[in-house]
Amino acid sequence: MRVAATGARPRPGGRARRRAVPLDVLLLGLGAGTFTLIILIPVVAIFLRVLPQEMIWEVARRPIVLEALRLSLLTTALTLALSIVLGTPLAYLLARRRFRGQALLDSLIELPMVLPPAVAGIGLLMAFGRRGLFGPFLASLGITVGFTTAAVVIAQFFVAAPFYVRAARAGFLGVDRELEHVAHTLGVSRWATFWRVTVPVAFPSLLGGAVMCWARALGEFGATIMFAGSFQGRTQTMPLAIYGALESDLDAALVLSAILVVVSFGVLVALRLFVGRRLLAVGA
Amino acid sequence: MLEVSIYRQLDGFTLDASFATDAAMTALVGPSGSGKTLTLRAVAGVFAPDAGRIVLDGVPLLDTERGIDLAPQARRVGYVPQQYGLFPHLDVLGNVGFGLRGVDAAERQRRVGELLELVGLLGFEGRRPHQLSGGQQQRVALARALIVRPRLLLLDEPFSALDSGIREPLRNSLVQLQGALGFRAVLVTHDPADAAIAGRRFEFEGGRIVEPNGT
Repeated sequence: MRVAATGARPRPGGRARRRAVPLDVLLLGLGAGTFTLIILIPVVAIFLRVLPQEMIWEVARRPIVLEALRLSLLTTALTLALSIVLGTPLAYLLARRRFRGQALLDSLIELPMVLPPAVAGIGLLMAFGRRGLFGPFLASLGITVGFTTAAVVIAQFFVAAPFYVRAARAGFLGVDRELEHVAHTLGVSRWATFWRVTVPVAFPSLLGGAVMCWARALGEFGATIMFAGSFQGRTQTMPLAIYGALESDLDAALVLSAILVVVSFGVLVALRLFVGRRLLAVGA
Repeated sequence: MLEVSIYRQLDGFTLDASFATDAAMTALVGPSGSGKTLTLRAVAGVFAPDAGRIVLDGVPLLDTERGIDLAPQARRVGYVPQQYGLFPHLDVLGNVGFGLRGVDAAERQRRVGELLELVGLLGFEGRRPHQLSGGQQQRVALARALIVRPRLLLLDEPFSALDSGIREPLRNSLVQLQGALGFRAVLVTHDPADAAIAGRRFEFEGGRIVEPNGT
């Protein structure tokens, strides 16, 4: 509120009027504060229980924790590798070529991102389970997919790969084709141009997509438990172990949860720092 | 001698241009949207006409009737697009040396240095494109195209984004570079002063060349 400079002096003995906080700022603060608290409180609560230091190491060494940790690291690494190897050519194709049915393909690829994980799980069972579409065929080759470690990777791939493909496609779309053309006129092959120009320029998006893919795979629960089951050492990834340990070993569940929180948060922060720096270097 | 004769049907626009030139510097002039940039890109090999022939010094780069369409990699034609197309993730050394093959780091440094000296940017090797002015970027793009010794250099509006004060010196350095390195150039421009330094000019309008023999 602007007060006209009238030169009037405060009345002797009078109190100075305090500026009232505007209503919209109040509401904004209330909304933002509530939102932040709802997110923070559960996360903090995990650590409040876990705190006794000596216990943590003992719990962390229990088989249920170690096996889940090992399995999660192994399967998510495989899922990420598969997503990058299979997803990069697809993303490049989607970014560079126009073809009929492109919109449909785009939607299909993004479907797993919005599909309820339980539905994904059922779908995978119906396709690759023992009594599924390919079940008998695979059985004849001596291969059982359901309820194996491979099933974990398949389930993770199904739900997480689209995150990478979508980000990679956006990244490739953002690479000015003129840069590729110039490289060609300089005598550089299309393959070499892809590695020397397209990938470096698209790298922040590729990296962001890879991280989101890995994070989604790490947290995958619904499709995994339905298609791979929850067998310690074979298919019980960290989220499954947390669920399984809730009744029997709360401390193990908490330690696993704490690890996941720290890893997730650390990855987000690292990504923000790295991508921010990279963007600065490229002069965007 | 460069002979060009191309045809391409696009949405609401037909490109139908034919010309031949053996001048050291040739200018394609005309209003924007008249087809001159498309023609330039066709010669570079980054735009495919529906039909036509492009022959450089007797070597066919494109001949749709005989099924010849050389990839840009094989044409030995340099190309500097309108926004220079510098690689943002590489410094000046990386940009200028990009097309060099089979050379070690020391040789690369030496040859890049040679070109940078010619364009007056010696010492700029470590700079990144976003740290350069428009005129500097343009000279880096020139050096990058010329280091691989093209027979022909194509420039799309090379000076239009630059302040009028530096256009003339840059125009003159282009002519000097031609003298030093011996390449022919075709430039697309809508600036009459640019066209004035060219030995031959062809005027485009609505996808066609209105002065078939040029001036």
